[in-house]
Amino acid sequence: MGYKTIIEDDIDILVAGAGLGGTGAAFEARYWGKDKKIVIAEKANIDRSGAVAQGLYAINCYMGTRFGENNPEDHVRYARIDLMGMVREDLAFDMARHVDSAVHQFEEWGLPIMRNKKTGAYLREGRWQIMIHGESYKPIVAEAAKKSADKVFNRVCVTHLLMDESKENRVAGAVGFNVRTGNYHVFKSKTVICGAGGASNIFKPRSVGEGAGRVWYAPWSSGSAYGLMIEAGAKMTQMENRIVLARFKDGYGPVGAYFLHLKTYTQNAYGEEYESKWFPALQEMVGKEYLDPEASHATHRPIPTCLRNHAIISEVNAGRGPIHMVTMEAFQDPHLEEIGWHNFLGMTVGQAVLWAATDVDPKYENPELTTSEPYVMGSHATGCGAWCSGPEDLSPPEYFWGYNRMTTVEGLFGAGVMPLVVRRTRSLQVPSPKVVWLPRLLVNTSTTARPKASVLPMPRSSAARKRSTSHWKPTRLAVTKLLPVLLTRTTSTRVRVWIVSRS
Amino acid sequence: MPTFVYMTRCDGCGQCVDICPSDIMHIDKSLRRAYNIEPNMCWECYSCVKACPHHAIDVRGYADFAPLGHSVRVHRDEEQGTIAWRIKFRNGKKDMDLLAPITTVPWGTGYPDLAAAPAPAKEMRDSQLLFNEPKYVRMDEGGLHTLESNGLELKEGVYY
Repeated sequence: MGYKTIIEDDIDILVAGAGLGGTGAAFEARYWGKDKKIVIAEKANIDRSGAVAQGLYAINCYMGTRFGENNPEDHVRYARIDLMGMVREDLAFDMARHVDSAVHQFEEWGLPIMRNKKTGAYLREGRWQIMIHGESYKPIVAEAAKKSADKVFNRVCVTHLLMDESKENRVAGAVGFNVRTGNYHVFKSKTVICGAGGASNIFKPRSVGEGAGRVWYAPWSSGSAYGLMIEAGAKMTQMENRIVLARFKDGYGPVGAYFLHLKTYTQNAYGEEYESKWFPALQEMVGKEYLDPEASHATHRPIPTCLRNHAIISEVNAGRGPIHMVTMEAFQDPHLEEIGWHNFLGMTVGQAVLWAATDVDPKYENPELTTSEPYVMGSHATGCGAWCSGPEDLSPPEYFWGYNRMTTVEGLFGAGVMPLVVRRTRSLQVPSPKVVWLPRLLVNTSTTARPKASVLPMPRSSAARKRSTSHWKPTRLAVTKLLPVLLTRTTSTRVRVWIVSRS
Repeated sequence: MPTFVYMTRCDGCGQCVDICPSDIMHIDKSLRRAYNIEPNMCWECYSCVKACPHHAIDVRGYADFAPLGHSVRVHRDEEQGTIAWRIKFRNGKKDMDLLAPITTVPWGTGYPDLAAAPAPAKEMRDSQLLFNEPKYVRMDEGGLHTLESNGLELKEGVYY
């Protein structure tokens, strides 16, 4: 056969995996390293690769400090409640203070952002979300990367990171293969930015046969972000975290704009509001500090999305399903109807195809909602990924050991799905939280209570027990190897939670 | 709802092969036409449909429960900066034309020339700023948010 081995040497920055995160990182890297050699390796074509290949019709994290809307600490507070305490607040703050400048750059690059005609500000979908015409979100950012990188290797799938022989725990590049030619590619690089993806199809998809590919997250997402990191020895965090989303049935059509912008709402099979009925039981399960409906009514405090999804599951289990999204009211307004369809066409065309094929017109019938199968991924406000250093000026000493967003492996950085609670580095939008933790995995993070040992096995050393008595948040770090099969080995460690508060 | 190819329109140019993120659009060597080699790994992302210069690719429903007879067609035009959709329901009761912008500037022109931009000075390198910051954070003269500037600090432990 004669496969070739192709060596690319003297790279300064290798971007392994160029979805929206990797392409954005390549652009930013060019500014900081004008004369550096920046190379991108991507298993598809960067014009349409990664989870944003279809586009995205909202930017789900925009502070709007420019319009006097939110400050970074507001978003930290929101993320803390919505993720029930499982956040790195230094990283959340850092992401929030940079995200607006990324959005303003995207607008300059040509991304159409909808404006509020009265105020001139960006059109808000919810408190954190803004509406965009984002069909070409990925190609627009990819264009920036193409202008920035020295070389772009499309169709080269990175399979392993290389480690430095002369220095322990130091990354030295990556290897992969061309999915078309089978040629073996070796990238020798001083630093690696891992922008690879999370994992679909670990759990059996709800749709089978031909529908297997119509998963919520991209079917080509193999979990290589975690596979690469783990094999390189990077410390991973909260890998037991799974994301389950409420979506339109069978097509996984997004619900964010429907809930927030179109003001549609859910009801059970009897046309009843069901969510609040489950609040007392949920509150008992997670504690009042995470679910306090009265406080939520009075302030902007969110009801954690995972609990709202849990209410859907509970209601269906109680025999009062299916859950419907009430679209019939909003869709009588032709403008809102158009936005509802654009929303699908710009990011989940499959839902529009399904409704057209099965004659589901949301103007005249309320379509069905359901929860997705679980995924392992780090964006979309889930909580797993590599343990990364925070920025120097924000992070407490134990969260800071080098460059911002560097993993525990020297020279190995994360972008996109991979770093814990980074969500996405500067170049990326941050989708709204849509996460369900299975209840047995919930960690009670109140100051005194500790997780039950039977549920969450803890390290049993006496020193560890002593440390965990007061303000330590015990966390089990399960490391999940996702490539090539789901094979689990675990390590346990403890981290202290630092929170942003008024001084 | 995988893609399929109208054989009479396809000329085997390979644009779909080039763009498919799932790498499942291939050219049949004897017929020289594109086809979807693995329908159950198709995300229905429409990347190939948009890329096809002959509009030869379409998407159908799941074979097991979504019947044929509908259509969701698209024309994406970078020069005009628009994407035009047409959705036809199977029962013929709905036929929608939807038009949206994909860019606000001539395609590929809105990018700063990083090679010409001044190199970051040491002061910039030592700061927490990213490219175009602090200006682009608020589009005014304000600086980057810090814990100090916002009257905050990181406290150990969990207090809400």
